[in-house]
Amino acid sequence: MIPAAFAYARPTTVDEALQAIAAGGEDVKIMAGGQSLIPVMRLRLAAPETVVDLTKVAELRGVREDGDSLVIGAMTTHSDILRDPLIAQYGKLIAEATETVADPAVRHRGTFGGALAHADPAGDLPAVALALDAEFVIAGPGGARRSVPAAAFFVDYLTTALEDGELLVEIRVPKLGEGWGVRYEKFNRVAQAWSIVAVAATVRREGSTIAEARIGLTNMGSTPLRATAVEQALVGADVSLETVTAAAAQAAEGTEPSSDLNAQADYRQHLARVLTGRAVRAAAGL
Amino acid sequence: MTQINVRVDGASYSDDVEPRTLLVHYLREQLGKVGTVVGCDTSNCGACTVHLDGESVKSCTVLAVQADGSEVTTIEGIADGKTLHPMQKAFHEQHGLQCGYCTPGMIMASIDLLKNNPNPSEHEIREGIEGNLCRCTGYVNIVRAVQQAAGEMSSTAGAQA
Repeated sequence: MIPAAFAYARPTTVDEALQAIAAGGEDVKIMAGGQSLIPVMRLRLAAPETVVDLTKVAELRGVREDGDSLVIGAMTTHSDILRDPLIAQYGKLIAEATETVADPAVRHRGTFGGALAHADPAGDLPAVALALDAEFVIAGPGGARRSVPAAAFFVDYLTTALEDGELLVEIRVPKLGEGWGVRYEKFNRVAQAWSIVAVAATVRREGSTIAEARIGLTNMGSTPLRATAVEQALVGADVSLETVTAAAAQAAEGTEPSSDLNAQADYRQHLARVLTGRAVRAAAGL
Repeated sequence: MTQINVRVDGASYSDDVEPRTLLVHYLREQLGKVGTVVGCDTSNCGACTVHLDGESVKSCTVLAVQADGSEVTTIEGIADGKTLHPMQKAFHEQHGLQCGYCTPGMIMASIDLLKNNPNPSEHEIREGIEGNLCRCTGYVNIVRAVQQAAGEMSSTAGAQA
């Protein structure tokens, strides 16, 4: 299977990339790592007129600190993430989820920003970005930048707030250091498979009380979701198996998961409750 | 057509390719490097794994134009003359293959694994080659082969140090 013919641009700066996107005609696809886009093009599910390949845009790759935030370049590969000392220190939830993405060869090419812009609800990183209240920095035609919070970025199945002509440049997430526990709990059946359901949990304890809890759900609807009811039930609660179990029982509230050959919707809701319990227990140190 | 300059298994090539040409098709059809095989053609099985600038990639999911300016190593480029690479030798001695179709990709993925983790546990080996499928399910001997190669390669490295 070979993709349909396309025009190809390989910019080396963000400015060049924006120009190539603007000049690319009606149907332009931006290629990050290509690990979802190339298979989709081979299957001819997509046949863009122009592909703008970002792999040579060095300024989009890497992780830096900015005050209380980590700033992750959109073209930082999954392998980069797993080797990055700042991620190891302040981004453990991202690292845990990234480790479960596909397989090592795919992680050498696939990127953090590409996975988020692709916005597959079964992808692992969207729910993590949502749980972390990430900010998406987007460059538009002419170079103007805007910032979109994660809650507004994921619009629908494979659909984000990115408009035609725009480019995801970097993602800002809060540093989670001392006091935060994390766990990405993923359920799938075979190696390198997508999540049937997964739960991203991060919890900050103050003594024997849960001070903050952020929980994202993977593949429980057409976009990643927050388990808001669980978060509300946890904040201020004692760290105990009883309170965590009672809170996790609300994990499927407001979710509308799909049914497919891997799982029916009601089974996915069951998984969300079970996996939320496991993830929160681990993140809270129980 | 786009011109690319690429080094493959130590030799330099300058070729015109269509942007849609996949790296695996360039290697096989333009360079005749048929040691790298197409398995599933859906990024799943890893039979087409090669090293691009030293890192394992699935060559059915990389465009040939993306290898411009890069160094590609295939299964045909890892032996030293007639002396097999320790990973090839281990797959041979441990019989880490049945039909052999997954073997080029398994070996390239396993070399990449040991580069990052010279002494992996059995679990780490299985995780490290999770992107490579053996449809004969011959994983037991594949894991043994990687263990043997890890032992030989680390003792060689130790002797050199």
